[in-house]
Amino acid sequence: MNKKTHSKPLPKPFWLLAEITYRCPLHCAFCYNPTDFVNYTHNELSTEAWIKVLRDARQMGALQLGISGGEPLLRDDIEEIVAEAGSLGYYSNLITSGVGLTEKRIAEFKRGGLDHIQLSMHDISKEINNFITDTNTFELKKKVATMIKDYDFPMVLNVVIHRYNIEHIGEILEMAEQIGANYVELANTQYYGWSLLNRAQLMPTREQLIKAEAVTNKFRERIGSKMKIYFVVPDYYADRPKKCMNGWGEVFMIVTADGTVLPCHSARVLPNMTFPNVQEHGLEWAWNESPAFNKYRGDDWMKEPCRSCPDKEKDLGGCRCQALMLAGDAELADPVCELSPAHGVILQAIEDAKNPQLAAQPILFRNDKNSRKIIDGELKHLTDEFHALP
Amino acid sequence: MSDKIKSDAVFGLARHFRLQWEDAQQNYVLLFPEGMVKLNGGAGEVIKRLDGKKTVADVVAELQAAFPGVPELEADVLSMLDLALGKDWIEQKNSL
Ligand code: SF4
Ligand code: SF4
Repeated sequence: MNKKTHSKPLPKPFWLLAEITYRCPLHCAFCYNPTDFVNYTHNELSTEAWIKVLRDARQMGALQLGISGGEPLLRDDIEEIVAEAGSLGYYSNLITSGVGLTEKRIAEFKRGGLDHIQLSMHDISKEINNFITDTNTFELKKKVATMIKDYDFPMVLNVVIHRYNIEHIGEILEMAEQIGANYVELANTQYYGWSLLNRAQLMPTREQLIKAEAVTNKFRERIGSKMKIYFVVPDYYADRPKKCMNGWGEVFMIVTADGTVLPCHSARVLPNMTFPNVQEHGLEWAWNESPAFNKYRGDDWMKEPCRSCPDKEKDLGGCRCQALMLAGDAELADPVCELSPAHGVILQAIEDAKNPQLAAQPILFRNDKNSRKIIDGELKHLTDEFHALP
Repeated sequence: MSDKIKSDAVFGLARHFRLQWEDAQQNYVLLFPEGMVKLNGGAGEVIKRLDGKKTVADVVAELQAAFPGVPELEADVLSMLDLALGKDWIEQKNSL
């Protein structure tokens, strides 16, 4: 195997995701935040450090900025961060649950040059919204949606789909139309972090999925270009894996609350890897030079069946984290691939989705207490099934 | 192919889209929720002239003055507009 050859020019981090805090007033069952997030809630980067991150990344070519979390509105300096992004020329997006958005703040965001707001919604029913987020936030989200419209932000509604709301997709789309959403993301749950632990409880059946897709297509035909609808297919039900993050260290760069720089949301689960931190290294070094970012760039690292696969450029072997969590080795094919020797684990999960008893197990909500329990090894019976969850 | 694009139509960027010159890349980029497109030189020259006031004929005339001697310029502009319209990057601002 030859060493990394930089024959191609290094890619640029066009998308920067700033996960500015892991604190969150919601406790969503499908949250993909790290299960040990309480380790990162007391050592958040300062305002100055975030401003430096924004400046450095922009210099490196970043254009799209997502400000996310946790709940980014829990930071008191969010207005300052937004204004800096605006003056640097980012196309910036605030990704929020809506909790903590006030008239005063949204006016400040407008002045600061925020480009759009992505609001998460969960269902048409108050019961399911409140159940799956383990909070009483249904009415609030509707109010926030109106505020977003009033301030003329393009509204992107993000709805994470799972077995509790998948049969309401038609009504959810109608609600989106009513509140004037410009974009709707129907994001089928991806199983990372908390959602992986709750997979049996969240995963819809294939039958539910096919119906939901048909309903979405029908709605799309009627609404035309007035509202753009993205239906993110759940990869478990595909034959081939997704090209995760569009390639490791190719386009996306994530800076997390404590300053760790990651190529994807859940990369922290990968063992024997040290990810760079902006408090020790410059962003430029992190992206261009750090061993972690170079490790899975390109395809030199691949093992069989990916190495000799004619489709390897299409998906780059799928997701490294999923390969690790489900097949025990980050360098194997993502088990979602039907050519993966470990594909059976996916087929089993699909089979399990038909079993109402498994689906009825209690959900482990994303909160501080549960995070501590996971760190202390008290929930080993749940985490052991998946490699590398703490 | 581009018979949809009338010469007295007026186009502008779609709502909430932003066109921005990127010095580092030496090209225009079109930015919008959840996406961005790098515009090559020609496409950038066309799209930056869509100000919601000029007609297609005005834009073509301006480009012909700026780039004299480029063959088939009008056809290129029309097919560029056709593509941009098909992708919802731009919208028609007047009703004909
Ligand atoms: S998914 Fe829910 S719990 Fe997780 S960060 Fe988002 S709003 Fe908070
Ligand atoms: S074998 Fe590997 S490269 Fe080929 S399709 Fe499957 S995951 Fe992709």
